Order: sequence, then C-alpha cells, then structure tokens
Amino acid sequence: MQPTIDTDFEMRTQDTICVNESQLTHKWYHNIKYLVVGVLFGIVFVKAEVISWFRIQEMFRFQSFHMYGVIGSAVVVGMISVFLIKRFNVKTIYGEPVQFHPKKFNKGQVIGGLLFGFGWAMTGACPGPLFALIGTGATVIVVVLLSAIAGTWVYGRFRDKLPH
Amino acid sequence: MIDFIRQPWPWYVAGPLIGLTVPALLLLGNKHFGISANLRHICAMCLPANIPFFTYNWKKELWNLFFAGGILLGGIIAAWLLRNPAPVEVNEALATTLSQHGITNYDGLVPVDVFSWQQLFTVRGLLMMVGGGFLVGFGTRYAGGCTSGHAITGLSNLQWPSLVATICFMVGGLLMANFILPVILSL
Repeated sequence: MQPTIDTDFEMRTQDTICVNESQLTHKWYHNIKYLVVGVLFGIVFVKAEVISWFRIQEMFRFQSFHMYGVIGSAVVVGMISVFLIKRFNVKTIYGEPVQFHPKKFNKGQVIGGLLFGFGWAMTGACPGPLFALIGTGATVIVVVLLSAIAGTWVYGRFRDKLPH
Repeated sequence: MIDFIRQPWPWYVAGPLIGLTVPALLLLGNKHFGISANLRHICAMCLPANIPFFTYNWKKELWNLFFAGGILLGGIIAAWLLRNPAPVEVNEALATTLSQHGITNYDGLVPVDVFSWQQLFTVRGLLMMVGGGFLVGFGTRYAGGCTSGHAITGLSNLQWPSLVATICFMVGGLLMANFILPVILSL
C-alpha cells in the first residue's frame, strides 16, 4: 500500500459525483472487475427494458409504474447498502475504509438537471443506456453518444461563463 | 429457466439488482456508481484542448471506462443470447399517441421509425438524436451527474443536492415528453 499525494483530485471531482479516490495503485487489469459489474448491469438494463425509449415515454406520461419501480427499488437497496456500510464500517476488498463525499448544491443541479431531463425524454436514454443500446445493435445510437460527448465538451469549454 | 430469463424482467428484480451496483462498486475499490463522467473522461482523453475542466489525469478514472465497456458488452450478451423474441409491449394510450406520429414499429427497444440511420438525415431525426444527445451530455455534466450518479448513488447517500437534481430530471422529462416532444415528433 503506497500513499500518493493526489494533486488533480480536486479537478477530477469537479461537477462529478462518481469519482472516488483509492490510495492504492493497481495494474490496469484490476479494472476487469468493474467490467464484469458493467456486464451484469448492462444485462439488467436490457432485460428490464430500462433502456427502452417506450418505457421512458410511459414513465414521463404516467402510463406505467415500471420505471418508477425500478428506480425506486434501486434507490432503496442502495440506501440500505450505504447505511450498512457506514454503520458497520465495512471495508473494501483491499481493506480500505469506504469513503463518502458530501455533494455541494449549485444552480447547475437545477438548470443542468432540467436540460438533461429534456434530453432524457427525447432520446429515451441516459448515459448508461446509451452504451447498452449500442450493444444491442442499435448502431445509430453511436451518433447520440457522440453528440452527448460533444455536449459535455461544450459544457467544459463554457463552464466559467455558466451560472453555478 | 432460459425461457424465464428471456422474458422482460419485472421491476422488482431489476431495481434491486441495479441498487446492488452501489455497494458492489464501493466494496470492490471505493468507486462511486456513476456513468456520465465517462463522457468527460473521453473528452479529457481525446480533445482536452487546454480546457481546465478536461486537463486531469483521466487514467485514474479508467475503471469508469471499463465499467461503461462492460455495459456495452452486457447489451451485446442480452440482445444476442437472452433475446426476447416478442416486440416491446407498449401502453395502449401511448401506442395511440405514437401512431399519430407514424411510430408503429415496436420490434426494437428504440423505435426505428425515429432512431435509424435513414432518419438521421431528416429534421425530426436530427433533432431527436443529435439535439437530444447534446442535451444529455451537456445537462448531465452541468448537473454534476446523471440518473446513476445523482438519482441512485446520490440519493442512496442521502445527498439533498442529488434530490434537487433528480426532481429537475423528472420535471424536465415531463415537460419534454408531454409538451415539447409532440411538436418535434410531428415535424
């Protein structure tokens, strides 16, 4: 175990909730385990039709409980898991304590949130489903993904000028 | 058993499995479940252009790209090996609305009447795919996360800014689906 001083953590965590910092350094192939989780997750996405444009339309038109059930039960299971990890101080498989970072509020969560909502209802996909959809053979979704990458880039380019 | 797996899975199977991704990633290596950050890592990797937001050591977030690669692979496996042969079932009211816009094909998870290479060069297709995709990428980063990062991870960790973001995702989606999308679809 080699503690390293991380200078760009601040930059990487900016506007990103999912970054976490392990003090451990690993060879690249340790990432295979995340690939495996991704595969299982992708299969669930497709099999539960979470990535279906039709399901998303039904959700936003209150015509089906399906997506509310999926997201709601996922949040409940996630909450219980996080509570148990905190309560019993569960460590990672490498013995590190699990870290949580409080999220700060800024106007982006409102403005960006609404804009993302628009895009979600149009494409019927959030970033995860985009990857899964391409896997199912809907190759044109590559265009949506590239456009989403372009959107992220434009945000980064004009970040200073946007209200936060 | 295989027939059972081939059917569309109900929410009470899928939801908890998705929820378990949160502890799985935390326990495997202190990683917070989220996907939209990948779009930023791809920018940082391919076109940082000296923009401070994209100049960071993206290699440290390689796990996130592996995770996204896994989702892609999972999509391939589910679509080719566990494929549900029946067309997607759609609520009758939705089917009626959609048929007014020429959407009648339910063979895929996305309607090929809107999302296909041929449709890409129509005004409607361009708006839906390129415009919609842009909003997904721009909006998630501006909001600091997407459905996985805010709605699932953020709420699991009782972060109120994530609740605000999730509510805004829903409000934006409701406005688009009910008021703006009908106009775009009729183009």
